[in-house]
Amino acid sequence: MDFGTIVEILDSAVRLGTPLLLACLAGLFSERAGIFDIGLEGKMLMAAFFSGAVAAVTGSAWLGLLAGVGGSMSLAMVHGLASITFRGNQLISGVAVNFLASGFTVLIAQSWFQQGGRTPQLSGHARFEPITLPGASAVKDVPVIGPLYSNLISGHTILVYVAFAMVPLTWWVLFRTRFGLRLRAVGENPESVDTAGVSVIRLRYTAVAITGVLAGLAGTYLATGLAAGFVKEMTAGRGYIALAALIFAKWRPVPALGATMLFGLLEAISNRYPNIDLGVVTLPIQFMQAVPYILTVVILAGFIGKAIPPRAGGQPYVKER
Amino acid sequence: MTFFKQFLGAAATLALTAGAAMAEPALIYDLGGKFDKSFNEAAYNGAKKWAEETGGSYKELEMQSEAQREQALRKLAESGANPIVMTGFAFGDTLNTVAPDYPDTKFAIIDMVVDQPNVESVVFTEEQGSYLVGLMAGMASKTGTVGFVGGMDIPLIRKFACGYVQGVKAANPDAKVVQNMTGTTPAAWNDPVKGGEIAKAQISQGADVIYAAAGGTGIGVLQAAADGGILSIGVDSNQNYLHPGQVLTSMLKRVDNAVYDAFKEGADLKPGIKVMSLADDGVGVALDDNNKSLVTPEMLAAVDQAKADIIAGKVTVHDYMSDDSCPVQ
Repeated sequence: MDFGTIVEILDSAVRLGTPLLLACLAGLFSERAGIFDIGLEGKMLMAAFFSGAVAAVTGSAWLGLLAGVGGSMSLAMVHGLASITFRGNQLISGVAVNFLASGFTVLIAQSWFQQGGRTPQLSGHARFEPITLPGASAVKDVPVIGPLYSNLISGHTILVYVAFAMVPLTWWVLFRTRFGLRLRAVGENPESVDTAGVSVIRLRYTAVAITGVLAGLAGTYLATGLAAGFVKEMTAGRGYIALAALIFAKWRPVPALGATMLFGLLEAISNRYPNIDLGVVTLPIQFMQAVPYILTVVILAGFIGKAIPPRAGGQPYVKER
Repeated sequence: MTFFKQFLGAAATLALTAGAAMAEPALIYDLGGKFDKSFNEAAYNGAKKWAEETGGSYKELEMQSEAQREQALRKLAESGANPIVMTGFAFGDTLNTVAPDYPDTKFAIIDMVVDQPNVESVVFTEEQGSYLVGLMAGMASKTGTVGFVGGMDIPLIRKFACGYVQGVKAANPDAKVVQNMTGTTPAAWNDPVKGGEIAKAQISQGADVIYAAAGGTGIGVLQAAADGGILSIGVDSNQNYLHPGQVLTSMLKRVDNAVYDAFKEGADLKPGIKVMSLADDGVGVALDDNNKSLVTPEMLAAVDQAKADIIAGKVTVHDYMSDDSCPVQ
């Protein structure tokens, strides 16, 4: 395995890890505010469909992005309404969101485009094109740094850079702003926030809305950045892997980056080397595909540190009288 | 709510025609939907061709959910439709229970073998078609490395892969074939993102022609191949038009012919297993204006020669499903 191959695998890992990262940060905001969200998958799917459909109709990836975020946001609000206002069970609401998105997208796609539940192929400006960073071609031939910069760092779509920028931003918002402190408090002990005179309901809705935006970016990246259009069920379980990454990262933004990139790397390796020969044993591809879940279970079981979810997670807040 | 209208329409048509028990043929599309640009649409084209030629009419029904299968079959059988053709292996179990209840009705199922006295099972020799596109891939490749991306890892897809590899090796014995399966769950049929990444990984390993037999995942493979400036090969229907000038060819599975034949035979449909092979034009390669510039006269000659040899029995393409193994890698 030469250096060029390693760079290519890392490059693929970044592409595959980015939707996970965005979805993981989306889940982080919601769960830190005490709203469990297993509907990430559904929100991403909805965003993938609306971004693909609107980009196909208008020919603009940016309008697609708006529509994708809008679609994801509408499901986020459904989840918020069910779990905050009506104090329903958050897990059930999340499952409902997933089912709703799965059926709704194909149904609308079929009646809109008559192509068997997909959107037309996107081309040109309807897709987010890779951006070549300044100087990428100039340093291409410099050993080590050249390939790293021109292949790995340069040449991704704008959404990838947005996703990476979201990591420090999320950290700053959560741990360095008043809003972030309140958001974390509302997930740990909503009564105290209420006593301080801050609206729990409003904070939680805000968190759910941020989740909608980030999950919308994740879905849009799938349909208009990586692929060229929407295909039914195209999220293929990425929302659930993002949830696993969230637990793996113990609900913290910087480890979330590490976890999602690790999961992306595992997928990239299994794409490149379906069966890994270790001399004594051969690791089948199924093993590589299962590793993210195995790691998550190991973390949950408390073998490596302890994953403690926000204390008020999953519980609707009832104001005391 | 177009779907609901369609469904009501279909139900109404059924109700209206139930009285006049004329032996009209019927066609049931699987969940992919009538206009899926692939498998089911091919079936529709076959039925349309029959209707245009004979001036006859036929009933059709589009599955909207898994739960409708048995109900749809029974309704059509009771309405007197004969024969009833259905597309897709997913009907197998349902047909196996329904067929004995309607001994006077003939059924035809595509892509699945159902062992009942009134059922015709239509299967295709995908390995022969894949052999031909493999031959073309081997000749078109400049790097000597070609790729294969399968959908879900099932024997049927390995059959595609095995035929393809044999074709590639026939054109260039030293060629390397990079093979990937997208996954082991049905999600592998609809993951264009992963398909695209696998295609990119294959490109970086030197592949310059990639054959996708992966349903919706294949769309991502074809896209990544077009973006990467290499050739790809489509499957089932003619997918050359998806990226004109960048799709070398498509492995055709003539579901339309199967439906057309079944409709034509009508109530005299012969039960048993019907193999649609190269000799019956059951499989083949797609040649049209979109890939004209890519196919050289030598390729055309080699494909025609191989086709003649396979039909004459001079060349045998190994069928993966006959012994669950492939002699070449």
